[in-house]
Amino acid sequence: MLNLKYTHTAKRRAAGTKKEALIGVVASGNLEVLLERVLPGAACEVEIATPVKGFDATWKAVVDEFVERSAPGGLRISINDGGARPDTVFLRLMQGCAMMESE
Amino acid sequence: MADWQTERRTRQERMKAGGAFAQGKIVAEKDATALLEAVIRPGDRVCLEGDNQKQADFLATALANANPQILHDLHIVQSGIVLPEHIDLFEKGIARKLDFSYSGPQGGAISRALDSGKIELGAIHTYVELFGRYFVDLTPNVALSVARSADRDGNLYMGPNTEDSPVVIEATAYKNGIVIAQVNEIVDKLPRVDIPGDQVDFIVLTKKPFFVEPLFTRDPAQITEIQILAAMMAIKGIYAEYGVKRLNHGIGFNTAAVELLLPTFAEKLGLKGKIATHWALNPHPTLIPAIESGWVKQIHSFGSEVGMDNYMAARPDIYFTGRDGSMSSNRMYCQIAGLYATDMFIGSTLQIDLQGNSSTVTAGRIAGFGGAPNMGSDAHGRRHPSEPWLKAGRQAVDAPSPLARGRKLVVQLVESFSEKMTPVFVEKLDSIALAEKYKLDLAPVMIYGDDVTHIVSEEGIANLLLCRTPEEREQAIRGIAGFTDVGRGRDHKMVEQLRERKIIRRPEDLGVNPLDADRKMLAAQSIKDLMHWSGNLYSPPSKFRNW
Repeated sequence: MLNLKYTHTAKRRAAGTKKEALIGVVASGNLEVLLERVLPGAACEVEIATPVKGFDATWKAVVDEFVERSAPGGLRISINDGGARPDTVFLRLMQGCAMMESE
Repeated sequence: MADWQTERRTRQERMKAGGAFAQGKIVAEKDATALLEAVIRPGDRVCLEGDNQKQADFLATALANANPQILHDLHIVQSGIVLPEHIDLFEKGIARKLDFSYSGPQGGAISRALDSGKIELGAIHTYVELFGRYFVDLTPNVALSVARSADRDGNLYMGPNTEDSPVVIEATAYKNGIVIAQVNEIVDKLPRVDIPGDQVDFIVLTKKPFFVEPLFTRDPAQITEIQILAAMMAIKGIYAEYGVKRLNHGIGFNTAAVELLLPTFAEKLGLKGKIATHWALNPHPTLIPAIESGWVKQIHSFGSEVGMDNYMAARPDIYFTGRDGSMSSNRMYCQIAGLYATDMFIGSTLQIDLQGNSSTVTAGRIAGFGGAPNMGSDAHGRRHPSEPWLKAGRQAVDAPSPLARGRKLVVQLVESFSEKMTPVFVEKLDSIALAEKYKLDLAPVMIYGDDVTHIVSEEGIANLLLCRTPEEREQAIRGIAGFTDVGRGRDHKMVEQLRERKIIRRPEDLGVNPLDADRKMLAAQSIKDLMHWSGNLYSPPSKFRNW
């Protein structure tokens, strides 16, 4: 299992008050994303546990794009990957963020 | 004195030679190979249907069993290279030259046969293009066709699987050729006559019914949320945006997702009756929920689909049906309908380059195109207006002109990665290397970039109509190419500018909530659901029954 961690400063704090959200399942080609509102200000941490080696640059690109496109400030995000494609990872992150922002 | 009757005399000789194996028009199974060796001559052009669904499989085996000393150097001119026997003809030296349209399952085998020099490739055509050549320079000397039933006069009944047969048989029969059909049964009275008996010379009654491939069945259980997301964007950003009522769908899971979102997502958007009412489309089982929900006005089909017979027969308001009640298909007519009478083609592909050219030919696989190049091209002969067509035409130019023509919407709906993380977006199509390798005069391109109006991926929609320079077009494509190398090579600043001009639109720009990209949004989530929607009239083939 490979562990990766990225730290970002988001554009703004994630809207809403929800403490945490979980989306997806750990299955082949899928992933589970846990989002927790535990960090101060606009800080955002993404931790990844993946069985697939050799895609560090892709993970970094996915997380960069996610932080750029959404506003995940204050969120610690943990990804439990089952070998998902980057587009699926990106969708799950966007879905997780939308869940945190929903009432 | 000129001799104007050489072909007719040759035909009489062939008929006489073949007649030795026939009683009336009927030939026994065991004599089929001998019949073919008697009527076909070396170097002949032969069409062995060979469609993309039904197969004259018995005649294919009979021909592949012919003696290559007697039958050799045949020129195969047929739309589908689908069965292993079709390849055997070349491996055994019975056939040498090939002109075709579609090869689906045999794509790898064709590539290998080209490598070993067993196939001399003419061209990979679109269907109507090959059919057109049947009447100009590729007229078959012998057509080997297939029907459900025949009567003793040779009249043929094909039921829903008429497909290519009328055009193949007409070209052959009226140019002094020989027409042979394999049939499942011989009856006194046919339910209806699809091919008149005076165009049919010999009939072979087979013990085993002919093979039909369920090519257009997509199991809803396999549709992913990525495909749902892209389908939602297409519905909002293209179908609704242009008000597309007349259309054709490709066969992928991406468009199946659209079909299953019509009665749910699109219905909530109030689009019923405003989009997707009139279709040139094979009988996709995934369209059943939309039909049952009153979305669809009518459908004409290229071919049939296994399991759909009873459903179609019970819905004559929707499908074209004969006086006998069963559906009737015709690939030639439906391709013409798709070319001239629809406002949009939307389908998938395996590779797209930086200018929007696309191909399903990849290294080691020559899959052919089928109808896509025809459906997916702007018909320059079109002369009737419609709002979607005019709107697309207006977007393609800066200043309105009194003689402005419209544009067909040609949409590629893809995922940035296909199976095994293979990128769909590429710098250079594999078909260029393939054309160099096999010294082809024309690199196989399924849809040329200048015909493509939109590309939709899970990342967004690129509207190529609104691009004014090759640079804009390239960045519009990179801007929706996801995390492929092409996508990651984008100029972020330019992509943002294109987004401001609505050339690129993301889910958030279209008001598509990522949480809606959920399988629960599909009107049917399994084959069994489709069966239930149909009131159990749809009878799925066994390979799709997993309960």
